[in-house]
Amino acid sequence: MNKDFVAGMKAALPILVGVIPFAMISSVAAVSVGLSFVEAMGMSVIVFAGASQLAVIQLMSAGSPWIIMVLTAWVINLRFTMYSAALAPDFQKLATWRKAILAYMLSDQAFGLSMSHFVSTDEKLDHRWYYFGNALTIWAVWQLSAIIGALLGPLVPASWGFDFAFPLSFTALMFGSLRDRPTVIAALTGGIVAVFGKGLPYNLGLVLAITSGIAAGYWSENYKNGRVMK
Amino acid sequence: MSKLSLWLLFLAVGAGTFSLRFLFIYLFGRINMPDWLPRALRFVPSAALAALVFPALTHPAGSLDLSLGNFRLLAGLGGALVAWKTRNVLFTILAGMALLWILEAAFGL
Repeated sequence: MNKDFVAGMKAALPILVGVIPFAMISSVAAVSVGLSFVEAMGMSVIVFAGASQLAVIQLMSAGSPWIIMVLTAWVINLRFTMYSAALAPDFQKLATWRKAILAYMLSDQAFGLSMSHFVSTDEKLDHRWYYFGNALTIWAVWQLSAIIGALLGPLVPASWGFDFAFPLSFTALMFGSLRDRPTVIAALTGGIVAVFGKGLPYNLGLVLAITSGIAAGYWSENYKNGRVMK
Repeated sequence: MSKLSLWLLFLAVGAGTFSLRFLFIYLFGRINMPDWLPRALRFVPSAALAALVFPALTHPAGSLDLSLGNFRLLAGLGGALVAWKTRNVLFTILAGMALLWILEAAFGL
């Protein structure tokens, strides 16, 4: 096997401690709102983006309209465009179908592992193999854990309140995303607008909250940089 | 929700998510990215995650409840403290769930 591929796989091992429970919770949650094993795994394989899957499940249990679920998931996954842009130069010379496979496996963890390694090492390393090694490991372990979660799901009684694991996992991910004052302002604005917009029809409050949060963060960064009049 | 609309939901979410992942890998070298786009996209995770978390804590049963009887709000704040200190998904879930069960066992009906 390619040595950079193996190095990528090894680098993924410690992060699996976070991947396994998150994948299991995602499919326990999917089964708990009434999805079958096949449906839960269908979503896991087709979407492969935990935060958006949990958001869809939460909205499903609240009886939200179809279009709101789709839009919310897309907005949550907008962050992948940033990862895609950052990795693009490394993949430029690959055939389109290979680019498509690497893109499908893109996750927060694979991006984080790869980029932090690429910027911190001078050693001769094939970035594509290293990324493929860790992204594939994360993908495979995610799906295996999702299978276990979907099998265990029906055994977990609703009275245990496991649906509360969604907001808790989002809380941890949210704190991980707070890097400076503008991101804190984006989060506070998004959260507060969501609370006040809760009563709006079709869950429009959520979309309004996310766009207000992005606008507030963007504006405060411009203000900080003295470019507010630009 | 019918079986058909459920699978259409997965396909729509999946196709959109794949497009977002593939977009710039595919476009690289073909177009230049506008300068404001990455600067705006950077705020998506913070804004979106907070917008999902806040109402889940303040509206546990669909209506606003800021009282001490709202165990999910209290357990969520405890979880937030752990999230702030550790940034770890698993620790946050364990702490928040444990707190919720303790509150329900001690003060619940």
